[in-house]
Amino acid sequence: MHRTTMDLWVGLFVIAGIGALLILALKVGNLGTYSEAQSYTLIGYFENVGGLKIRAPVKSAGVVVGRVKDIQFSTKTFDAAVTMKIDNRYQFPKDTFASILTSGLLGAQYIGLAAGGDEGMLKSGDKIMKTNSALVLEEMIGRFLFDKASEDGDGGDGGTF
Amino acid sequence: MPRRIVIGIRGVGHRVIDSIWRLGYAARFFTLTLLKSGTSMRRFSLIIRELYFTGVLTMIIILVSGLFVGMVLGLQGYETLQKYGAETAVGTLVALSLVRELGPVVAALLFASRAGSAITAEIGLMKATEQLDAMGMMAVDPIARVVAPRFWAGVISMPLLAAIFSAMGIFGGYLVAVVLIGVDEGSFWSQMQSSVDFRFDIVNGVIKTCFFGVAVTAIAVFEGYDAQPTAEGVSAATTRTVVTSALVILGLDFVLTSFMFRGVG
Repeated sequence: MHRTTMDLWVGLFVIAGIGALLILALKVGNLGTYSEAQSYTLIGYFENVGGLKIRAPVKSAGVVVGRVKDIQFSTKTFDAAVTMKIDNRYQFPKDTFASILTSGLLGAQYIGLAAGGDEGMLKSGDKIMKTNSALVLEEMIGRFLFDKASEDGDGGDGGTF
Repeated sequence: MPRRIVIGIRGVGHRVIDSIWRLGYAARFFTLTLLKSGTSMRRFSLIIRELYFTGVLTMIIILVSGLFVGMVLGLQGYETLQKYGAETAVGTLVALSLVRELGPVVAALLFASRAGSAITAEIGLMKATEQLDAMGMMAVDPIARVVAPRFWAGVISMPLLAAIFSAMGIFGGYLVAVVLIGVDEGSFWSQMQSSVDFRFDIVNGVIKTCFFGVAVTAIAVFEGYDAQPTAEGVSAATTRTVVTSALVILGLDFVLTSFMFRGVG
């Protein structure tokens, strides 16, 4: 085989390989859609994070505004400390409400941010004051049964009066 | 009777010592190859020649099998996922399984049987026809001239081939799921993008292929260099290359996966 043809083929091969890597990074991966470089951190303390995972989305009004970076157990408050990376384009008021929600019936859990009415905005490293824990099925059923039982009890009492 | 047992135990010991000796020889050979790569790096045209034989000629089988693996994944994934009404997640399934596991492993297996066996046969035959000795006589180091360029060409082409395999596979999955079956195109890509992470999935896959590339080509050049200089010896060495490479790829894959993907959602 001629030297120049060989060079051409090898060049094509290398370009195809690097092109495939770029396609994987930009079209298949999340490199094109979200970059951690321009983001700030917020911390939220939750009583119970349920099945929340690292890299889970942080959404506001259904739009992804950031990702969960880290989940730690805090021995000071005995809560779960969730560190979130929020895109710099999105600023939230100081009294923003963070709750752990589930997408769909069996879907993955994410953090939903509901903006409040405060004038001041949250800055990097700030703590979200108002949080709402994940719904745990066992607790929910337990509460339901408890309510049901006390309701029946009330009803019985009402009958005697 | 005791004598038989002694002979049996002696046989076990002999084999163990032999295989350890061979392992040490392979390690010394590998180090020597690395030490002498500087010379072949200066003559990069040698590596380009080998890139043509190991990379470009392997590309066809990689393209075709990547496409079909992706198409089968799309089909099977759709069949299972549509039972739960989650057929849009088929993109996630295809992309994650290709980028994390199937791309690196299947591409490395194909690479071992297509390029690794060719490297072993070529070097083995050079040895059998005393070309390597002739080079030595002319003060040309056969490791620097023959072994190192093939080794580096394999190491360079393996990650590229695996990336082509994965990209082709995802295209195959897209063809089956979106074009043929009619899964929604927007959710196919967006679900894929939201679950495939650049650092955790793609970079780890590329790291895997680098390990596989080094392992497969090191085995191939060593088996060729170590082959008995006969027709039978070369054929046995070629078989050993493919079998050992396949086992090493699968074993290494398990070890790397357990380090990389532990605790990642």
